[in-house]
Amino acid sequence: MATNHNEWEKPLRDLEEGIDKLKELARKESDPAKRTVIDQRIIDFEARRDRFIDVFYANLGPWEKVLVARAQKRPYTLDYVQSMFNDFVELDGDRRGFVDHAIVGGPATFDGKPVMVVGHQKGRNIQDRQFRNFGMAKPEGYRKAIRMFDMAERFRMPVITFIDTPAADPGVESESRGISEAIAAGMFKMFELTVPTVSIVIGEGGSGGAIGIAASNRVLMQEHAVYSVIPPEGCAAILWRMPERAPDAAKALKLTAQHAKAFGIIDEIVAEPKGGAHRDPLEAYLLVREALVRNLGEVSQMEPCEIQADRYRKFRSMGNFSS
Amino acid sequence: MMTPDASSFIVPRSSFPLIPEQKGILFLLSTKGASRTEAFLQCAGCKKTLFSVDFEQNLRVCNYCGHHHRLPAQTRIEITFDEGSFEELDTELRSLNPLEFPEYAEKLVSAVQKTQTNDSVTTGRAKIDEMPVSVAVADFAFMGGSMGSVAGEKITRTLERAADERMPAIIFCASGGARMQEGLFSLMQMAKTTAAAQRCSRAGVPYIAVFSDPTMAGVLASYASIADVILAEPKALVGFAGMRVSKQAGVSKVPDDFQTAEFVFGHGMLDRIVPRKEMRASLTSLVKTLGGHLRR
Repeated sequence: MATNHNEWEKPLRDLEEGIDKLKELARKESDPAKRTVIDQRIIDFEARRDRFIDVFYANLGPWEKVLVARAQKRPYTLDYVQSMFNDFVELDGDRRGFVDHAIVGGPATFDGKPVMVVGHQKGRNIQDRQFRNFGMAKPEGYRKAIRMFDMAERFRMPVITFIDTPAADPGVESESRGISEAIAAGMFKMFELTVPTVSIVIGEGGSGGAIGIAASNRVLMQEHAVYSVIPPEGCAAILWRMPERAPDAAKALKLTAQHAKAFGIIDEIVAEPKGGAHRDPLEAYLLVREALVRNLGEVSQMEPCEIQADRYRKFRSMGNFSS
Repeated sequence: MMTPDASSFIVPRSSFPLIPEQKGILFLLSTKGASRTEAFLQCAGCKKTLFSVDFEQNLRVCNYCGHHHRLPAQTRIEITFDEGSFEELDTELRSLNPLEFPEYAEKLVSAVQKTQTNDSVTTGRAKIDEMPVSVAVADFAFMGGSMGSVAGEKITRTLERAADERMPAIIFCASGGARMQEGLFSLMQMAKTTAAAQRCSRAGVPYIAVFSDPTMAGVLASYASIADVILAEPKALVGFAGMRVSKQAGVSKVPDDFQTAEFVFGHGMLDRIVPRKEMRASLTSLVKTLGGHLRR
């Protein structure tokens, strides 16, 4: 079974590379008759590619969803911020001596109104990924987020958070500075807010690292995003002591957006362009923007104290037990 | 903190037989009706042989090395709160298996049989030095003290009762973290219990958490860490990522005392490390002072 998105999408990429080569050939071809033949082949190949995408993405299993959610080409938080927010000024530092680059955020204008936008940020190339600590935030990341939540409350700005992290950073430094307290404090602060809050899982919703900035009035998930209490590898390591059984764990954990919606954990699934958000980022931005504007608008209708009570009620009702 | 008044301390009636496990690790079982068969036990810390009557009287702390062995919830309640004051609540709640997770149903059944409780936390009202408190006590013996829907609901009710009835909340933690078998439902308990702690805070009601061995992951990263006052038992394992998860993330070299109560205390993340014998006295003082305004 494929272990990453590149490997999994290889047949599709091979086809796309073939199409690119044909296009190159067509451009160089001067004989109109031969060119028509090549053009016809391109059309055939593109039709095949589309069918391929349909088949590939129509029935994504849980593990395939994990691969897509982790895909390096997938739009990240700052891609969304740059495409649909204006006046964004990135804020940094926890004011306690530390900086974190796995959580980003700041004030911005969204749909013509001021908002505070916060989210996990992953990197694409090797340096960038290290700089972003693979999207695993340290305590200072959550403490920076708390600063921004605080400002949002004081300056009456709605909060939007983008969730995309494999997990919070598990290292010695993070333990020393109280990663657990930082995550708990993030949720604690979010429950205090009387301004509207909306979160959207755009890739990996990795357990505590995710919920630390996702305790919002509305929680949305992109169609191919995942949200889980534990990474499938960790679950497989604990259950069977075999991290390579991650695909089985992914299935058992029911971590897809479709499951989360069926369980009532999230409010809405945001559709992705055909073949995933990375295939057509512009379309993905439009879909996400529409969902955010609508949900923010609905929550904004409520009185401030009602917004806080609504958030409490929402999470208070979560659980599955008999009494 | 005040030194404990020895005369006010209740020595528990030993209602729980101790059965040592073959490999030298101490197992405390609460099987009702079984007679105490073993006169000697081996300490899980220093491996020395202990006389079980002494061990019981010493609140299951090793006379030699001071190792604090894990306690069943019922024993913890007996040694902490006023005799006979505990009124257990929320016993009707039962975990379901929303994910139809492999082997979960069987694990639940055996955990219920083993501990004679409905889930990993026992909750209710109690009194400490005649002051009413809302309490929750976790038991590691129930699926590693893990927090699923029922544990989350019980912790939430404990904190809500404290806020509504205006009495301090005391929560003894002992957990490996969120219960993986309930997936996102368990993750959401982190938010739910934190919201309840926030409500307690807003109501002006003190909430005291005690970290016993172990207090980890999803529990530490939610309601446990945001208590007004945090106490811990000596040497309790306290941390975010379990070693198996950390290793997978490439964490290799760690300090000797990594993820102990002492390490966490040294980094300013908890208030005091309190030996078991002094715990009741410490809690009494805190309830009397921080909760003083509630009794007027």
